Amino acid sequence: MKSIITVKDMCLWYGQTQALKNISMDIEENSITALIGPSGCGKSTFLRSLNRMNDLIPGVKITGELKYRDRDIFGKDMDVNELRRNIGMVFQKPNPFPMSIYDNIAYGPRTHGIRSKAQLDEIVERSLRGAAIWDETKDRLKKSALGMSGGQQQRLCIARALAVEPDVLLMDEPTSALDPISTMKIEELMESLKKQYTIIIVTHNMQQAVRISDSTAFFLLGDLIEYGNTEKMFAQPQDKRTEDYITGRFG
Amino acid sequence: MHGIFLILGLVTVACVLMISVYLVISGIPAIGEIGLFQFLFGKVWASTAAEPSFGILPFILTSIYGTAGAILIGVPVGFLTSVYLAKLANPKIKAVIQSAVSLLAGIPSVVYGLVGMVVLVPAIRNIFQIPDGASLLAAIIVLAVMILPSIINVSLTALEAVPKEYEDASLALGATPIETYFRVSVPAAKSGIAAAVVLGVGRAIGEAMAIMMVAGNVANMPTLFGSVRFLTTAVASEMSYSSGLQRQALFSIALVLFLFIMLINGALNYFLKKSKEN
Repeated sequence: MKSIITVKDMCLWYGQTQALKNISMDIEENSITALIGPSGCGKSTFLRSLNRMNDLIPGVKITGELKYRDRDIFGKDMDVNELRRNIGMVFQKPNPFPMSIYDNIAYGPRTHGIRSKAQLDEIVERSLRGAAIWDETKDRLKKSALGMSGGQQQRLCIARALAVEPDVLLMDEPTSALDPISTMKIEELMESLKKQYTIIIVTHNMQQAVRISDSTAFFLLGDLIEYGNTEKMFAQPQDKRTEDYITGRFG
Repeated sequence: MHGIFLILGLVTVACVLMISVYLVISGIPAIGEIGLFQFLFGKVWASTAAEPSFGILPFILTSIYGTAGAILIGVPVGFLTSVYLAKLANPKIKAVIQSAVSLLAGIPSVVYGLVGMVVLVPAIRNIFQIPDGASLLAAIIVLAVMILPSIINVSLTALEAVPKEYEDASLALGATPIETYFRVSVPAAKSGIAAAVVLGVGRAIGEAMAIMMVAGNVANMPTLFGSVRFLTTAVASEMSYSSGLQRQALFSIALVLFLFIMLINGALNYFLKKSKEN
């Protein structure tokens, strides 16, 4: 399979503190990659570097090579808005805009210049169907998104991310604020999204990583300890620290 | 002990009640005598003429136009300043501008009037080639400056209270920071911003001293370059020598002003409540 994101010798500093050390990993197209590790290990920081959301934090310095479809993510000719349209993101806490369900989904396409009502209607329906939430929302598209349950809000946020037709979806602990049933729905959804999108997910839940991901990367204190096929890694971890973590001896 | 605090608290309530009751009692008789319609919609105010006429339409319209003009100038400037301070300015520049805004809020209104009288009025006379610069325009400009601090501070608070998650979501969809501020942050803060505007309206409509010094103070129907008198200045300028029906009519003007302010306060409370709910 083809690599869609390639990272070579990446280091990241917050001011004087080094948060990521010489990370190298290739991420395959149309796969689900799980990033696991204890809090503060750098997995979210790594995720947020891929769509340059770390740019917003003052004092961040990044070295090394990060490429998306062979284009340098931090290159001078990279338009960060275009990058973020291609590499969408779903956050830990569901964060729908305080607008109607329809306007939430239409926000991205409108930002990118789509004005036609018919076209927007079509995108809204396609995105909501894509996120398996169309049946629950089709009769209340004009109602505020804030009136939905947490699980619905998170699927709405996924639909919102899909509406700009991204290539890659970054998910930062998307189910950590949700109940088991909503979590299950989102996991099923990710399974079906994999056909069209490449998904990279940060998760604290190792069962979740096992259930949904094809590859897993284990981070510890800013180092990438182990990266490879999920089944293999959980059956036979190569590194003692990985074994200790996935068997629940720390973390 | 509790009783003492309660009594202290009730002092404010008592003051409001007393003022309201006093205004109503002293404001109603003249309206009765002049006739409500004659009073509110009469175009001529000639309180000291041999055949006195007590129409306050010129004052009402002047107050409305003056406030509207001040809002028209003050709101865009103040609102955009608050967006800049909340989202774009680097911390040093923000600190400088914010302290300037606080200083502006602290300048006594008589000083605004004085500067307006000495600088603004002659400037308007020269620029527009009119015999006297003391005009509605001068009052509008002074009011616009005076309401800036309220508008900036209240909208700034509202904008800073917008959760960062909303902005992150917008940026992550590929929107530029400016698009994000105007399409996500500002709509999310709209009730607070509306409250800022209403607060500005209240400040402008209640101001007397500064505009008395720059508006010319003649009871004309309002024109941009004409000398005009506001509701507030109508009361202030005649009270010292008034008597009889004239004095009573001044109380009626104060009552009208009071009703305006009540209306604005009602609107303000509505927006603040809505802003809290979000």
